[in-house]
Amino acid sequence: MSGFRSAVITFPGSNCDRDMAVALEKVSGTAPERVWHGQADLPEKLDFIALPGGFSYGDYLRSGAMAARSPIMRAVIDAANAGVPVLGVCNGFQVLTESGLLPGALMRNAAIRFVCRDAQLVVENAGSRFTSRYTSGQAITIPVAHHDGNYFADDETLDRLENEGQVAFRYAENVNGSARAIAGVLNAAGNVLGMMPHPERAIETAHGCDDGRALFESVIAGLVAA
Amino acid sequence: MKVRVHVSLKPGVLDPQGRAIQHALEGLGFGGVNDVRAGRLIELDVDEATSDAALDDMCRKLLANMVIENYRFERVAA
Repeated sequence: MSGFRSAVITFPGSNCDRDMAVALEKVSGTAPERVWHGQADLPEKLDFIALPGGFSYGDYLRSGAMAARSPIMRAVIDAANAGVPVLGVCNGFQVLTESGLLPGALMRNAAIRFVCRDAQLVVENAGSRFTSRYTSGQAITIPVAHHDGNYFADDETLDRLENEGQVAFRYAENVNGSARAIAGVLNAAGNVLGMMPHPERAIETAHGCDDGRALFESVIAGLVAA
Repeated sequence: MKVRVHVSLKPGVLDPQGRAIQHALEGLGFGGVNDVRAGRLIELDVDEATSDAALDDMCRKLLANMVIENYRFERVAA
């Protein structure tokens, strides 16, 4: 899609921002804007915003806690509330929960260890703007690499997420102890997705797997259809 | 003045770090440790005039994650 206007936010300590930018350019044909966390404003008329993985602020206080309070996040929250699709991967997911854009929290992996491996996921909701190119129940493989990916929310919140189709992805084998094996969560409006697995690391067969590509294709297809 | 903010996990929230510490204590031969919960102590040096309401606000907006954590603070005499 020509003219796909996306932005990748870089926080101090982000380390997957380049991978995300490369993935977005390869799939959409247009390079994203690179936005530094200290900026107060986003580029205008964005179609998509990505919060990348990494260790923003060295995970000080709590993973994602400092980044969630950085100047650019006020603009990201405004954009999300205005309906712009926002994807947070790994540390980006932690930033989304810390900022209140997504419910729940990401805690230390239940086994304490850093987990770095390919993870088998099940697509739970293929009706979202991030997942329309998958089918519900589809098994996909996406790599994970994190220490704090153990999704937690109270039972009432978990029930609501399940009932409202806000669980986007689930681990086939729970790699980190997440509540109900949740790997990816949508907000109620369906335009914000947070996930621990890294779809940007699985967009071409040279990566060993290209199951992540359909996520970006879904976003782009949704814009064309809109 | 000094303010000590104690941040702890809410009851019922699994604490893998606390559990690992408990296992390590057992490994060192300490018996009778039934549970360990790891928290965080944050010391602030604030103006005397800083209100409890302002401290609450600091805790809720940044120092604690209210989804998983509780907090309490105490003013410490110099």
